[in-house]
Order: sequence, then structure tokens, then C-alpha cells
Amino acid sequence: MIFSVIIAFVVGGLVCVIGQLLFDVAKLTPAHTLSLLVVVGSVLDGFGLYEPFIDFAGAGATIPITSFGNSLTHGAMQEAEKHGIIGVLTGMFEVTSSGISAAIIFGVIGAFLFKAKGKVS
Amino acid sequence: MKNARTIQFVSKPSIVSTAVAVGPLEKQSPFHPHFDLIYEDERFGQETNEKGHAQLIEETCRLALMKAGLQIPDIDLFLAGDLVNQMTPTNFAARQLTTPFMGMFSACATSVSSLITASFFLESNHMDRILFGAASQHNAVERQFRYPIEYGAQKPPTGQWTVTGAGFGILSHHISGKPFVHSATIGKVIDCECIDPLDMGSAMAPAAFDTIQQHLAQNKGTSYDFVMTGDLGKNGYTILQELIQSSGVSSYLIDNYRDAGAEFYGKDKKFLSGASGAGCSASVYFGPIYAELLAKQWKKVLLVATGALLSPLSFQQGESIPCIAHAVELWME
Amino acid sequence: MDANTYQQTVDQLAPKRPVLRNCFTAFLTGGIICAIGQLISFVYMYFFPFTERTASNPTVATMIFIAMILTGTGYYKKIGQFGGAGSAVPVTGFGNAVISAAIEHKSEGFILGVGANMFKLAGAVIVYGVFSAFIVTLIKTILVNIGGISW
Repeated sequence: MIFSVIIAFVVGGLVCVIGQLLFDVAKLTPAHTLSLLVVVGSVLDGFGLYEPFIDFAGAGATIPITSFGNSLTHGAMQEAEKHGIIGVLTGMFEVTSSGISAAIIFGVIGAFLFKAKGKVS
Repeated sequence: MKNARTIQFVSKPSIVSTAVAVGPLEKQSPFHPHFDLIYEDERFGQETNEKGHAQLIEETCRLALMKAGLQIPDIDLFLAGDLVNQMTPTNFAARQLTTPFMGMFSACATSVSSLITASFFLESNHMDRILFGAASQHNAVERQFRYPIEYGAQKPPTGQWTVTGAGFGILSHHISGKPFVHSATIGKVIDCECIDPLDMGSAMAPAAFDTIQQHLAQNKGTSYDFVMTGDLGKNGYTILQELIQSSGVSSYLIDNYRDAGAEFYGKDKKFLSGASGAGCSASVYFGPIYAELLAKQWKKVLLVATGALLSPLSFQQGESIPCIAHAVELWME
Repeated sequence: MDANTYQQTVDQLAPKRPVLRNCFTAFLTGGIICAIGQLISFVYMYFFPFTERTASNPTVATMIFIAMILTGTGYYKKIGQFGGAGSAVPVTGFGNAVISAAIEHKSEGFILGVGANMFKLAGAVIVYGVFSAFIVTLIKTILVNIGGISW
């Protein structure tokens, strides 16, 4: 179990380093960087590489935003395999919904509960 | 071509009073002894940042009036601006103040552009007392130009912190014992194709350089206690020094350049390259600098407020950042 | 003033981003967040009927809940300034983007403010994630139908 946590730490850390290089060297905005990483996750799943990556790295692969791309593509491909091309539209959000739903729900709850403070970090 | 950019105000309009109010974070500024009001609440008792911004402007203006022993009907014109869309905080404050009003937009250079315009009105002798100045509120400006306050974006070392502060003054006909406006130079828009909105200092330094060069050329022989730019920040200040040094313009002044933004928060590295915002130059020029002129610590200072004339949309559309700098020369006899 | 020469001056004088330090702090921050995610997954696997695969759903939701608390109390932006991509790349960064926008826009009400602006920062991620999934799946479907590869 400790080993899985260490692997998650190292792999997750490395994915974030890639993101940091996109920020500082490529000078991309956070929105550009995250969009790029999501697409990368999607393409890797197209090649069948992301699921083995999850098997190896656990949370190191499911927590970075790349896993959104993987989930969306995985859901789409599963349905397309079963029902043909229309599966692309029906399958996409089946597998990813927890992240997006949670963000929306907690966004609304957060808006009820909190007020922004302009403190320097 | 007539060189009308630089003007000497022969009537020597005097700044009879000023008032500066700031938010809680600004308490740590080395300039804080000269801030009239330091609020604990960054929203100044209002529910939204924008309403708080308007409240800040209104209260600071009323304080300037009180310090001059004047009432609202004594004011002939209110000239002011801020950084928010359509300058609504200033518009709403003007509604409360009920004076005749003209909004002024020069981004962070509004503190000086409003003073220059006020000087022209007084020089024409049509008006007697004009309320001028500028303000900014950190949260309202950040939301507009950058990200939501609680968003965890990482600012680079060239980033600056928008000041929550307001600086206003009352300009009137010359009286002795008060600092007066001797001359001014109006800026031109200068664009050196800087595209990074997280590095305003680099974008604004050429505009400051252009205005300073112009003003010094028209005022040869004047020796200033210092030249103080508005909010180039530590990075922009370094670049301006380099521009001045390599151009050979009045090199004797090199040691006497200051920047309000670079000095505003002291040495605290959390504020990265320093302060910015319309309230930065306004609170420093009309707070400590005015007080020091009044106390005869300085005799002649050149204040060059700088502004970046971009919008979040222009950045998204891939435009560069055009900038401007307005200069005003204050004397004390 | 010539823009090119000026840009050279800026490149020489402006403080450079500390890339190496930023990569180190990103590694540390991102690694810790993923390690916490792994531990939370284990909690769901051992105390609830989740498998290694299905545990990622409640784990992600829990991480976003934690992001909400940290965002609302003002701590996420400190983590963000320190960790950079280490806080933006994990799914907690997505949560922070959505939740910070929601909190910010409460002043315009819940419909026009919170509802309309919630995805102002994070929307691109969803849009391009979906679009990329569409293109990838389309290409794969075509290739499978031609007979080149299998699912």
C-alpha cells in the first residue's frame, strides 16, 4: 500500500512538472495548459495507453486533469463499440460525471457559504 | 509643429488639500503614516467590492473637502476615474457627491491626468475649485483584469499587486504656503509590443521614458529633488533606469529616480514587483509626497504617472499592451 | 523606440521565472495531492464496496470537496502561488477554478452571476475534453470499420 502511495506521488508530481514547464517555458496560460493536458489524456486513451497507466500509477494517473480526457474518451469508445458512432454522444459523460458534477455542486454550495478575501498569498 | 504637449501654468494653481484612504493590506506600507484613513474592511462596509470601491472614493473626497474647510457647493468640478468597466465606482461616487463631473480614464495614470486637466480649467479662470484624483480597489480590479480572487494562479516575479486606495485633492488659485502645479507634459500612447499582462512594468517603461524625455527637454536647467514614476514596479523601474542611462538624457538625475509602486509595500517579497493600480500613484503622490512638499522637505518634484491601456479582451484577442505616462511638476516655495 | 531592441532589453533585465524552483515545487505539490488521492482511494476500497477502478469516482468527488473548503477559506490560492501547476493540474485545480468563479460572481446573483460564470476558467477543459474524445473516437471507429484495428 505504501508503495502505491509513493508511485502516485512520483507520477502525479511528474505530470505536474510537465504542466509547470508548459506554464514557464512555453508561457501558456493555465486554461491553455489544462486544455492541452486533457487532450493528451484523451489521445493516450485512443491508443489504449491510459488504462495501463492507471493500473501502474493509481491516483498518480486518475487525479491529474489528464484523466478527464481519458474518461470522456473511454466512455465514448465503449459506447461506440457497442452501438456504433452514436455511442460517441451517449457514452461520453457516463464515466466522467463525478468530477464535473462535484465541481458544479460544490461550486454552488461554496457560493452560498463563502466570500472572497483579497489577502496576498 | 507646435510643441504643445508641455505646458507651463503661469497662474500656478495650488493644491490646497488632499486626502488618502486605503484598505487593510496597505497598513504595512512604509508610507502609511501619511495615509489619512486605513480601513479594516476591504469592502468599506458594503456588500460587494464594486460598491465598496465607490464608497472609498466618496469618503476620501469628503475628507479632502473637510480638510480644506469646504462644502460640496464650493466645488466647481469633480475630475476622477478608476480602472473598473465604464468607471462605475467613480460614477456612483459622483452621483453621491452631486458636483458637476467629468470622468477621466488614463488607467493608472489618472491621478496625474486629472490634475493636469484641473490645472487647465483653473488657468482659464473659469473655475475656482476642482476636486481631482483616482482610486482602485484590489478585488474589483483583479476580477476584471485577471482571475477570481480565490483562484490559485501563480504570479511570476514581474507581477504586481493592485492597491486598494484612493488619493484625491482640491486644486484652487495660487496661494502661498501650498504646493502648486508649475508645469506638465501630456503623454503619447507608446507600444513596444509587450504582450504579457503579468509584466506591466516592462510595457509601461517606454511610455514613462518618452514623457520624461519630452518634459526634461522643455525644462532644461530645472533641477528636481526627484522624479517619481507611478507604478512601474521594481522591474519597470530597473528598465527605465537602463533606458535613461543608455540614452544620455539628463544623466545627472539617475540617482534621483523613484517609483511609487516599487516602494509602496516595502521589501515584502509577497508583493513581487510591487504595487500598481490607479490608487497607487494617487495615494503616494497626494499622501506622503504632498505632505513632504508642504513641510518644505522638497522644492521641485516631477511626478510621472504611468498607465497600461489594455483590456482583458484586447489581451485575449492577441493585442499588445499600449501604454501612456502623464507628468506634472509640483513646486513648493 | 524600436520594439525589437526594446524586447531585447526587457529579456536581459526582467527577472526570469525561476523554472527549476517552480518545477520542484510543482512536483512536490502535485505529488502530495496525488498521494492524498491514493490514500482516499484506499479508504473507499476498504471501508466501502468500491474496487480499484470504481474508487476513482468518489475519490475525485472528495478531492473536489476538499478543494471547495480550501478555496472558500482562502488557502488554495496560497497553495497555487507556491505549487503552480502542482495545484492547477490535479482535479482539485479544476475544482478551484469552478468554485472560485462561483464565489466571486455571487454578487451578481445565483442565475446571472454564479450560474453563468461558473465555468469561465474551467470551461475550456470540458469543451476540449469532449471535443477531443469525439475526434479520437471518430477516428478509431473509422479505423475499426475499415478493418485496420480492433477496439
